[in-house]
Amino acid sequence: MSAVLETPPVVTKPVMARINWVKAAPWLYTIALFVAWELLVIALDMPPTVLPAPTDVFGAIAKYWSPIWKNSIQTLYTTTLGFAIAVVAGLAIGLFIGWSKTIYAGLYPLMIGFNAIPKVALVPILVIWFGIGTVPAVLTAFLISFFPIVVNVATGLATIEPETEDVLRALGAKKMDIMLKVGIPRSMPYFFGSLKVAITLAFVGSVVSETVASNYGLGNMMSSAQSQFNVPLVFAGLLMLAIEGIVMYAIMAWLERRMTGWAHRSTMAQ
Amino acid sequence: MSHLVSIDNVDMRYGGASGTLAVSGLTMRVDKGEFAAVVGPSGCGKSTLMKLVTGLHIPQTGVVVVAGQQVTKPVSIVGMAFQNPTMLPWRTTLENILLPLEIVEKHRHRLRANKKEYVEKAERLLEIVGLKGFGSKFPWQLSGGMQQRANLCRALIHEPELLMLDEPFGALDAFTREELWCVIRDLHAAQGVTIILVTHDLREAVFLADKIFVMSARPGRILKEHRVPFERPRDLEVMYQAAFNDMVHELHGEIAKARVAA
Ligand SMILES: Nc1ncnc2c1ncn2[C@@H]1O[C@H](COP(=O)(O)OP(=O)(O)O)[C@@H](O)[C@H]1O
Ligand SMILES: [Mg+2]
Repeated sequence: MSAVLETPPVVTKPVMARINWVKAAPWLYTIALFVAWELLVIALDMPPTVLPAPTDVFGAIAKYWSPIWKNSIQTLYTTTLGFAIAVVAGLAIGLFIGWSKTIYAGLYPLMIGFNAIPKVALVPILVIWFGIGTVPAVLTAFLISFFPIVVNVATGLATIEPETEDVLRALGAKKMDIMLKVGIPRSMPYFFGSLKVAITLAFVGSVVSETVASNYGLGNMMSSAQSQFNVPLVFAGLLMLAIEGIVMYAIMAWLERRMTGWAHRSTMAQ
Repeated sequence: MSHLVSIDNVDMRYGGASGTLAVSGLTMRVDKGEFAAVVGPSGCGKSTLMKLVTGLHIPQTGVVVVAGQQVTKPVSIVGMAFQNPTMLPWRTTLENILLPLEIVEKHRHRLRANKKEYVEKAERLLEIVGLKGFGSKFPWQLSGGMQQRANLCRALIHEPELLMLDEPFGALDAFTREELWCVIRDLHAAQGVTIILVTHDLREAVFLADKIFVMSARPGRILKEHRVPFERPRDLEVMYQAAFNDMVHELHGEIAKARVAA
């Protein structure tokens, strides 16, 4: 990888200077990764059933485009739906837990216990309740991704500076006032920060569920491709997942910057 | 009713019957318009005293009376400022200063309709504390001293009768602190507000106050009450007079003794 980067083509200075290397770096590194991967496969003479070269993977994407597209959309759909439910529920439960110190103290251990359960172990139960397909995938995505949202929102609320609370309470502020004026705005950076973690987890949940209990989605596509030894198609599925994951993550990161820019600037100023 | 604040034989214990007894047998009075300072060893219950007067804590025994009413819940005729300015970072300085108006019963229903009038008032306060034109800045764009000035504006925006300051200048450098002493001095002179200032800086107490209360080590009570004899308006120069230093020296001795007694 580095060998490729250390020998930049000899170009006249102005052109080099015009390129924003920091902006270009993610693309260059990605390309370098694929090139290194391709070279490795050629050098070790890997059979495509063990490690397909990127060209094979892209070939598989082109060849199976129609099912790949359909399944990608299905996975994106179950993931974002599960994630959306997690956002709404996580926000609500987080606000509820962070509301009072007693609720926080009482429910926090329960939440930790719940989070410790591997969510894949819940899929069979979800299948018993809802059958296979979209519903367990959405629910698994939801279950796995709502925890970080809850914890972050609750923490944002529970860590209001006591002085701020005193100033407002001395003015006659009710709990509701303090939550609306301080607690909720204050927990927003925590909330938006947690979305990046949550969306990544949501993909894990939906794909796991699709793999064991669905006839649709990238998870299902990859597991059936694997049973037919169509390894390039498995890798094509992985690549599509990576792309969807990056795009959704980027959207969450953008949202975080848009909504709570003050938090970044204020911590930088201190 | 001449006393704005009167505390009678108050005990305050934190955390149930076996908890920390923070103040015990506390008795003090502050008159309307007066500037009182409270000094004492660290942990002696000064902040507790603040919270008793503002109604954030209710004492187990004894009574606290503010403006003729026994304190049983938070009293909204007070403004408070702490060492930590606690400006909300997502609000501009002006919006931070207007925050109490969104809470205090008397103002919250009038705020929207009379926004302009309130904003003008906030801007006048900003000008008094030397922050003219900084209303649209965010707190993190202000220095510590400037944030503390804004904090004073926030404590004063709802025209409280009583201003409670808990070591408000503790985190500032010496020059900024002296500047803010003058700001407080002028605010007190201009607005006729009653001020109770908790501080561990004895020069600050003598420079600003009419009356200084010395507290004992925990459980805190008032050991001694001093009248500060210096004429108002006071200039920073007063701090270089022998009488000023004598008074600081005397207070210092009393507190050192209170600490040893503990
Ligand atoms: N919320 C609280 N719970 C329990 N103990 C407290 C609490 N607040 C203060 N104390 C105790 O009460 C005593 C007085 O505290 P405080 O009034 O903050 O002192 P000061 O402001 O004079 O330093 C200290 O011993 C402190 O540990
Ligand atoms: Mg204190």
